[in-house]
Amino acid sequence: MNEEHLRSLIGAAKAGRVSRRAVVRRLVGLGLTAPFASLLLTHAGVAAEPGAFAYKPQKAGGGGALKLLYWQAPTLLNPHFAVGTKDQEGSRIFYEPLAGWDADGNLVPMLAEEIPDIENGGLSHDGRSVTWKLKKDVKWHDGQPFTADDVVFNWEYASDPATAATTIGSYQDVTVEKIDPSTVRVNFKKPMPFWADAFVGTQGMIIPKHLFEAYTGAKSRDAQTNLKPVGTGPYRFVDFDPGDRVRGERNPDYHLANRPYFDTIEMKGGGDAVSAARAVIQTGEYDYAWNLQVEDEILQRLEKGAGAKGRVEITPGGNIEQIQLNSTDPWTEVDGERSSIKTTHPLLSDPAVRQALGMLVDRDSVQKYIYGRTGVATGNFINNPARFVSKDTHWEFSIDKASEVLEQGGWKRGPDGIRTKDGKQLKLVFQTSINAPRQKNQAIVKQACQKAGIEMELKSVTASVYFSSDVANPDTYAKFYCDMQMYTTTMTEPDPSRFMRQFLTSEIAAKANKWQGRNITRWHSAEYDDAFAAAEGELDPVKRAALFIKMNDLVVNGQAVIPDVYRPRVSGISRQLRAHLTGWDNDVWDLRNWYRET
Amino acid sequence: MTRYLLRRLLIAVPSLLGISIILYTVLALAPGDPFGELASNPNVPPQVALALRAKFGLDDPVWLRYLHWLVAMLHGDWGFSFVSRIDVDRLILQRLPTTLLVIGSSQIVALLIALPVGVYSATRPYSVFDQIANTLAFIGFSLPTFFTGILFILVFSVTLHWLPIVYRADLAATGWRWYWEEFRQAAMPVAVLGLFQGASWTRYVRSAVLDVIRLDYVTTARAKGIAEFAVVTRHVVRNALIPVVTLVALSMPTVFGGAIVTEQIFRVPGIGSLLITSILANDTPVIMAVTFVFACLVILFNLLADVLYGWLDPRIVYR
Repeated sequence: MNEEHLRSLIGAAKAGRVSRRAVVRRLVGLGLTAPFASLLLTHAGVAAEPGAFAYKPQKAGGGGALKLLYWQAPTLLNPHFAVGTKDQEGSRIFYEPLAGWDADGNLVPMLAEEIPDIENGGLSHDGRSVTWKLKKDVKWHDGQPFTADDVVFNWEYASDPATAATTIGSYQDVTVEKIDPSTVRVNFKKPMPFWADAFVGTQGMIIPKHLFEAYTGAKSRDAQTNLKPVGTGPYRFVDFDPGDRVRGERNPDYHLANRPYFDTIEMKGGGDAVSAARAVIQTGEYDYAWNLQVEDEILQRLEKGAGAKGRVEITPGGNIEQIQLNSTDPWTEVDGERSSIKTTHPLLSDPAVRQALGMLVDRDSVQKYIYGRTGVATGNFINNPARFVSKDTHWEFSIDKASEVLEQGGWKRGPDGIRTKDGKQLKLVFQTSINAPRQKNQAIVKQACQKAGIEMELKSVTASVYFSSDVANPDTYAKFYCDMQMYTTTMTEPDPSRFMRQFLTSEIAAKANKWQGRNITRWHSAEYDDAFAAAEGELDPVKRAALFIKMNDLVVNGQAVIPDVYRPRVSGISRQLRAHLTGWDNDVWDLRNWYRET
Repeated sequence: MTRYLLRRLLIAVPSLLGISIILYTVLALAPGDPFGELASNPNVPPQVALALRAKFGLDDPVWLRYLHWLVAMLHGDWGFSFVSRIDVDRLILQRLPTTLLVIGSSQIVALLIALPVGVYSATRPYSVFDQIANTLAFIGFSLPTFFTGILFILVFSVTLHWLPIVYRADLAATGWRWYWEEFRQAAMPVAVLGLFQGASWTRYVRSAVLDVIRLDYVTTARAKGIAEFAVVTRHVVRNALIPVVTLVALSMPTVFGGAIVTEQIFRVPGIGSLLITSILANDTPVIMAVTFVFACLVILFNLLADVLYGWLDPRIVYR
């Protein structure tokens, strides 16, 4: 991409000659992802256009009941304790952050008056602080005013290790101060290119100080409000049965005019994804179904059925199903651990083997025969937002070429058809969790490998064991006592800085850190570490994106992992319901603007 | 009698203790981690999961955790759910009414089918009615509930649009409409469970009545010229149903324990679905409480069945 071209486009948008949307569209056409493009504009002071969402109802209320079906039910309603997405979703009905992320990766103000940028003085030039102006006249559901004190309190609450908040990661490294009753400033220890983390999106929901003040630290579990939320959101709390359902009613004092549309809201949980898809798409009993992890074939059949009442909505996000290649030796024990960083893999340390494996993953077939719309073949590790997506990588599936690479690398076929070099047979063990699509995916890889002369043993582990952090169990994904493994890594924010930590040398999972490190492949490179460190301090978004693209290319071309398919979000939605979904925030992030077309 | 009861209750104490030790050990040995989801989330630093483990005492040795649990249980503290961060007894009490309603009515339905059909089949063995009833009973308890449940959904919800798929504990309607809606949503789960249970009970009732109906005193009653209906109800059924009463009493704990599979299929928020979600989330305190309460109920109803048996059949003496 031409930097000059980019700057002139942004300049045009700034001068008002071209609309912001048009610029975003053109930038996307140039190969940037939408969220990236919009972040560039925000950085340059071109604010998101208000009213980009068409909200048609002329008054609040009158919409009847809105029924959401989640096949995993929320078990608690304090956003700072949310264990999984389900809990965040339940909390998000009642609580709001300062801003949320839309599908294009734009920040949309919620409790904030405006999105901070350089122009309005919200962002400091040195990148060490961000100042949020809060919306005035916002009231908690119990009538108390929402002020800067509440925001500061949330930082104190979440950053206290004794509270054991799951959001601590977003708050522990910042300090927050009150400037005046409707302004707060978040200070960073070092220049922070990705400043929109604390108080934003899934990690940023704000709880009221006056109800939680007495319950910080170790007392946090005793707060009644953990189960009876009092928020600022479009719906007020009615009742909650953990693990079953959440109910709410319209908040008549909501701080946005003519909203919300529905009179009551219900989030019902439990059951399984297939019947949830049925209840929305086929029978229309419910309006919205979350996270439909269902084979695309079934979804299509439901959608095409006579009298279908709903449809499937696919929302791009950053999650990726990847095949990891172990850089260390999983079969030798050193100092009480296998896959120790002191070893190297006897077979996979040969670049020829890695390169051949990359050519033996038939991603097209995986997409076509297994995932359909719910898993898109990819050669990149970062697949969204578009501004971070590399154009320089490519992938192909070719058994012949893979065989050639192995042949040139000195791997000769033995009498049993298995390639050998220096007395070592090319035999690999490939593990994943028990899940029908993954087992099919394993079979596709194994078949191709066998044709190329690689013997592959497949192993599958129960998900509850595989994904557990049980230090005593040898079969967890973090221990990686295996040659290859496959699972989905999630990227929850439209910025890859957290996501890309998983290849840092300092993050290598090992016995010393109880396998809590994020670097599971144990792949490491000084060049990568340097690029990451540079990106951490780079305030120019264009240069920063280039650094992340470089990191992606290092990982992909170095065959640390073989990207397989990226997994967009899949929801079921009634044909009449209008809802704006995003891959970067909760499904109900924009609940206030949901309405039913009559 | 009092001494017998006292002795049985005393025996129950060590058995409950044994059950709780076995349950706790099995759960402690089972793989999995209640905070596993946190560990794989890149936004949550690893210290959070470690802090939570320490806070809930998960790093203590198993015997110490068991002792803590036992002492708390004796004080009436059922524990604290890791996942919901509330007390376990509140979770269970929230689920109890729905379970009692759905499973309870399915047991009543089962009895209403099993008694008349079983008795009538036995009075006319090998008649056409008996043959048909027998065949249906075999089909009934051979088909698993997860199959009939999905079949019912397909027929009554998807194709005919008569009944809702999703069970809701809170219905918006009031008055008669509430009863109608409740009936509509409970119809499928109750029918699935009731038909299954009814089918197997029919077989028991039939064979119990057949055993009695051939006895000499029945022939005597008939010879005295007593009407057939009176013979069956007053002389036959009264004696034949003693084993059936035991059977029903022994199946009562399931009314509280819920039906895991059926509750999951219809999204009935009962104890069974609480148990399965807790198992999947490795929420040990909840699993422990539910299974332990279940064990208590089994022991209690066993005792009740024995006492009932003696009351119905005075030939049995307690020692």
